[in-house]
Amino acid sequence: MKEAAHLAGTGGGAGPDLAELLKEVARGDHDAFAAVYDRIAGPVLGLVRNVLRDPAQSEEVTQEVLVEVWRTAAHFRPDKGSAMAWVMTFAHRRAVDRVRSAQAAADREERAALLDRTPAYDEVTEAVESRLEREQVRRCMRTLTELQRESVTLAYYRGLTYREVAELLTQPLGTVKTRLRDGLIRLRDCLGVTA
Amino acid sequence: MTGDGDLHTLTGAYAVHALPEAEHVAFERHLAECPACAREVDELRATAARLGLAVTAAPPPEMRERVLGRITTVRQEPPKVTGGPGTGQGGAGRAGGSGAGRRLRALPRVALAACLAAAAAFGGVAVWQYESAQDAREQAEQTRQRQEDVAGVLAAPDARTTSGGELPGGARGTVVVSRERDRAVFLASGMSAPPSGKVYQLWFADGEKMRPAGLLESGGENESVLMDGAVGRASAMGITVEPAGGSPQPTTEPLALMKLPRAQ
Repeated sequence: MKEAAHLAGTGGGAGPDLAELLKEVARGDHDAFAAVYDRIAGPVLGLVRNVLRDPAQSEEVTQEVLVEVWRTAAHFRPDKGSAMAWVMTFAHRRAVDRVRSAQAAADREERAALLDRTPAYDEVTEAVESRLEREQVRRCMRTLTELQRESVTLAYYRGLTYREVAELLTQPLGTVKTRLRDGLIRLRDCLGVTA
Repeated sequence: MTGDGDLHTLTGAYAVHALPEAEHVAFERHLAECPACAREVDELRATAARLGLAVTAAPPPEMRERVLGRITTVRQEPPKVTGGPGTGQGGAGRAGGSGAGRRLRALPRVALAACLAAAAAFGGVAVWQYESAQDAREQAEQTRQRQEDVAGVLAAPDARTTSGGELPGGARGTVVVSRERDRAVFLASGMSAPPSGKVYQLWFADGEKMRPAGLLESGGENESVLMDGAVGRASAMGITVEPAGGSPQPTTEPLALMKLPRAQ
């Protein structure tokens, strides 16, 4: 419960602790990394799994991301955003890269099948510590227009490009671009994110 | 930042990694010039991270052992100490594949594509000559010059973009023009290889007349190529399939024709 309050209260669970820990990790501290692991493994796996779906691939990518955090901890810059945002941005990128390389290899039919997967947002994995965070995100998601919500969900939770989103939603490219942006801006304001 | 309204709206798509690679790279050029965009990207990434936290899962216990074991054999990267170009912007994740770190790593790949394309643009003959004459320095200089020219066009204050050109097989083309520099860069994503013995050739269209603008080295997913020659009065660009080595005039129907963005 304490953890949940913390997650919800610090705009991304990236309290000073995680940033501090990363500093120690950068100096080669294994214990600090273990503590970082305990903070980020769940969020990273959850996000990666949401995008990739395949459990084995998700674990593989998650482990890559975690090792990468160890490797590049010295590159984290607190002035550029929270530690959790740094980790999650990277995790999302890796998951998306995996989707895209899989897509590049797949033929059109497989691609269509991939696009047919149901939106991930409502199938979130149960995890106690993210409950408050999730409720808040759900509440804010409801403040979006349908097109904003769909655009954000398809792009972020499923890792689609805006062009693919436009195709799925049969909307002009420009519309999807702007809906993605103003949807995220609305979420930012609703969640009180300050970067 | 004048006239970049269109690019500016890409902050959202960029923050959630929803840009195809070529546009991703082009937008990062823009980011380096637009502190307001960089700030917005940071905020939107932090927002996206919150969406990610909302789907936290419980990792299998054995994963902890595995990861903690694995890091004992992985060397850590030292901090970056210089404040070179590109290191001061970007998002929360500056390194490790996101933010500027990713940007820095993404560049050589594009540079390579541009470099291959440049080599192709000189024609197969030129490439062989280079190999036999071992005139490596000159080649490297030309390549470097090309890379700089590509970067220069993409980052030019008056750069204008036309995107959405449909290429065969679902590929997409984007053309970026700097009227001030009088040069154009063609970006393609998802291009399939041309039929064997054929190449993709780029053209400037001056009214009815097609002017050769270089070959597109293909086989890569993403290409960024400085088009040969000045933009001049060209109002459109096209891409055709030609016999290896290219042709002085198009010999096939264009796969795609894209209007060039106008000067403002």
